[in-house]
Formats: sequence, structure tokens, C-alpha cells
Amino acid sequence: MAANETMTRSTADEAARERAADYLLRRHYVRWPEVLPWLIAIGCYFAFPDRMTFGSQVLIMVMFALSLDLILGYAGIVSLGHAAFFGLGAYTVALAAMKLGWTEPVSGILAAGVVAALVGVAVGWFILRYRGLTLLMLTIAFAAMLQEAGNIRSDFTGGYDGLPGLTFDPLLGHFQYDLYGHTNYVYVLVVLAVVFYFVRRIVYSPFGQALTGIRENVRRMHAIGSPVHRRLVTVYAISAGIAGIAGALFTQTNAYVTLTVFDFDVSAKVMVMLILGGTGRLYGAFLGAAVYMIFEDKLSKLSPTFWQFGIGLLLVLAVMFARRGLLGLADTAWRRIVKRGAP
Amino acid sequence: MTAALDVKGLNRSFGALHVTRDVDLTLAAGARHALIGPNGAGKTTLVNLITGVLRPSSGEVVLNGEDITSWSQAERARRGLARTFQINQLFRGLTVLENLCMTIGERDGNCNNMWRSAGAKRAVIDEALDHLEALRLVDDALKPVRELPYGRQRLVEIAMALAQRPRVLLLDEPAAGVPSSETHLILDVVAALDPDIAVLIIEHDMDVVFRFAREITVLVQGAVFTQGTPEEIRRNEKVREVYLGQEHGHG
Repeated sequence: MAANETMTRSTADEAARERAADYLLRRHYVRWPEVLPWLIAIGCYFAFPDRMTFGSQVLIMVMFALSLDLILGYAGIVSLGHAAFFGLGAYTVALAAMKLGWTEPVSGILAAGVVAALVGVAVGWFILRYRGLTLLMLTIAFAAMLQEAGNIRSDFTGGYDGLPGLTFDPLLGHFQYDLYGHTNYVYVLVVLAVVFYFVRRIVYSPFGQALTGIRENVRRMHAIGSPVHRRLVTVYAISAGIAGIAGALFTQTNAYVTLTVFDFDVSAKVMVMLILGGTGRLYGAFLGAAVYMIFEDKLSKLSPTFWQFGIGLLLVLAVMFARRGLLGLADTAWRRIVKRGAP
Repeated sequence: MTAALDVKGLNRSFGALHVTRDVDLTLAAGARHALIGPNGAGKTTLVNLITGVLRPSSGEVVLNGEDITSWSQAERARRGLARTFQINQLFRGLTVLENLCMTIGERDGNCNNMWRSAGAKRAVIDEALDHLEALRLVDDALKPVRELPYGRQRLVEIAMALAQRPRVLLLDEPAAGVPSSETHLILDVVAALDPDIAVLIIEHDMDVVFRFAREITVLVQGAVFTQGTPEEIRRNEKVREVYLGQEHGHG
């Protein structure tokens, strides 16, 4: 049948097919603007040598927002409790260092990722049967329960006073953590790059496509035979693992952790960052986290009491004029320019 | 010979509302079966029971000799049961081609893969394009579904079901919402379906039903009112009263 059709196909039809196929074949290719955020991140290392600790915090939040993008932007799972996994990762390395003397940093973040992912499977299995507001409430409840559990056993977790004075081995046995956080910045940036590579592959894979399908129309996914629940639990676990790694880096960067990492504020903040940058576009996490944190930093210095007003204003403007986030805004502007330039 | 689809004594209640009553329905391989009935007769509910969107209160659904009553929608779909929806259920933000590739990917189990690029399998893209070509949709392949006129979206809806390579196909009012100037497109597609696929069509347009179907089941208030060949249904006085009388009074 196929051969027969090929023979009767006109050249115009053949060209239309080729064009269509080409688009899918090339969709995952790296385009030049994708290099920009990485160049900026590397540039910051040289441009702001005395702000490296802040820089590390930004990169950690980028990773955390990226983990949320995987479930929110791609699979359409709305979570206001993602701090649960960030906190799990943060406490995994803290407790491992404190109680077990496991102070090697790289294996520490891997362990944190695994712990968070495993909990992600267990929790996801249960809560991802639900959707919409029910699911949203369950994510909030889970993070609150973890925080409260940590509070009950504050003899073990340090409670809201935290576990101070954690020390970690030099990176790869060589690079000491310095006072200015130079080593740490490079370390976090490298981990972020590795994580980002994985996320990017997942997003452009058939599995990633299926996630988009679930977001776009779950009824159709069921109808075409997709094991929706399994897909959701899988991506939830991956996202949890990445959030856990971000949390582990947070502990290692600060050498200190308290139960506030489980705060609702943290979950809400990361979602705001992502929405500000743009969901479902990978780099929204970069832009959103960076803009939010720089704003927060500048404004809180300007007015230590009223800085949240500025953040609020930023959000109102974003919601009014940039529904698809800052990247969505940039996208629209770019299309306009291209259109105007075309004959 | 085992029937492609066998529905036995199906019942479904929503509280006190008994929407499906003791329905028996058999589709042989290659069947061309129409399901008609007044609004609210429970036609779409029956489709939802067969495809597993709803669970029956009692009764059995048998697909190619296998009892699938307790199976999930997805399991049924993977065993060759496909449907179209009365109201389009498509991935509106994705391109037409992506919609088709998604269906093929899930059918073949490609979507378990997290590492390879979705575009890397040329065979999948080619097959998707073949399906689009059959419905003259290649020129729209790169457009997001939401930018297509409704009639063309209906065609995508059918292409999606066909891309599942079904053995049993349930068409829920395929021409609904399509401007009359374009209904012939959809009907041509339906008429040209693979003769091996068992097809159950829900349709209000009696011209379509009589042209397409070799068997007709009339559903009234959730129960099978009567069943027969188009000729028998046409001559049935009672059917004319409950159904044809209202809608085909002029004919």
C-alpha cells in the first residue's frame, strides 16, 4: 500500500510530507539562544566574584524550579508542596553528615536524589490518582506533614533551630570550599548542567511527549491506551529526585539547614518563579528564578520592611501582561519583529 | 466464530437513574452497525461503558473472546478498541502531526522511552503522515490543532482512532458540529474504512445511517428497543413513532 501511494504522490505532496517530517526530526536540535543562559552563568563567575554565594543560591533555585517545570509545565501536575522534596534532599545530606559521618558531597547529593525520588514514587502513587484542587491540597498537606514530623522529632532533626555547623569534604577530594563560595558556584553550576541535560532529553523524548499529552488532554490519553497513572508517577519521582538534589546543594552551600526548608513559602515561591519565567519551556526556570531572586535581593536592601510589595507588583504585572511568563513575552515580541521584517 | 465485540446484559445506574438497561449487542468482525435513538437514550453512556470510561453496574463486555469488563480504558485501547468522541478530544496545543505521532507512540510502547528524541523514529512520522494523507490533512500537519476549523478537527479525531489500528471502532456522532458542506468528507472516510474493522456508529442523520449500516440497534430510555436490518427498521411502525416520527416527519 505504501509503495503504491508513493508512486501516485505528486511532488508537491511529497514536499509537504518532507517539510512536516523535518520539523519533528529537528525539533530537539540545540538552537543558539539556548547557549545564552550558560554563558551568562559563566560570565557571572568572573564579573561578580564577591557575590558567588548569592549566585549559588540562584542556581539552586533554578534547579528547583526546573524540577517543578517537569511536572507542572509538561505533565500539568499542579503542586504547592514541592518543598517537601527539596527539604527531604536537604535533610538527607545534613543527617547523613551529622549522624553517619557521610560528608562526601557528590555521593551525598546522589543519595539525596534517590531518597527524594523514592518518597516521590510512594507519595505520587497515592496522590496522582487525584487531579485539580484535590491534588493541590494533597501536595500542600504532604509537605506540611513532613515538616510537622520533623518538628516532633526535633531531637533528631534540630527542629526550627536547625542543624548548624555541618562540614563537608573537599570536592572530589581536591577543591576546598572557600569563604567566597567560588568552588561552590562552579560545583552547583556543573550539577545544574548535568541535571538540565537529563531534563532536556526527557522533555524531547517520546515519554516527554506523552507527558505533554496528559497535560493537553488526559481523556484522549486514556483513549489511545496510555498508562497515565504510571507516567505521572514516573515523572513525579524524577522531579522529586531533582528537587532533592537541589535541596542537598542548598544544605551543602549553607552548611546549615532548618525545618523552614519545608515551609509553604518555599513551595509557593518556586511556583511563582516558574510562572514568572514561563512554564513548559525549560529556560523559564532560569529566567524566573534569576529575576525573582535578584529583585528580592535588591528590594530587600532598599526597603527591608516593604520589599514584598515590589515582588507583588512584579507578579501583578506579569499576570496582566505576560500570561505565558517572561519567556512567553519575549517569544511574542520576537515573532512580531520577524513578521515585520518579512516582506 | 467469536464476535469482535460482545456486550451482555449491561446495566448502569447513576443513583436512582437507570441509564443503561440490560443491553445486549454483538458486533461481528467487519460489522457496520448503527446505534440510534432519541436524545438521552443512553447512546454515549453505552460507548463509555464499552470503552471503560464508566464501569457497568452489572453485565459483561467481551472483546475478541476476552472478558474485558474489569479492564482499564488504556488496556482496552491497547487490545484494539478505539473510539472517537462526540466532542473533539484532541491535544489542542500540539500540531496535527504530533497528535498522530503520540497515538502511534503509545500504541507501539515507544512512549516508555525517556532518552531518544521523539522525532528520531522516521517510521513513526511516516506512518503518521500516511494516516493524514488518507484524510487529506498533510497540509495541516504542522498547524496546532486549535487553529484548524472544527470540521478538519473532526477528521483529525478520526485519524487518531485509525492510527490505533483498531479491530473495533466506535464512532460517536462523527459528523456532529461539522458544517453540512463538509459532512461528505467525513462520510466518505467512514464509508472507506477497512472492511475488517468492526464499526459501531452513533449518528442522528438517518440518510447516513441507512447508507452506512447493515444492522441497526434502536436504543430508547437506556434499553434496546429493537434491532434489525435497515429495511426492517425503516418499516417498523413503533420505531417511526418513538424516533423517526419526530425527526423525519417530513420524509
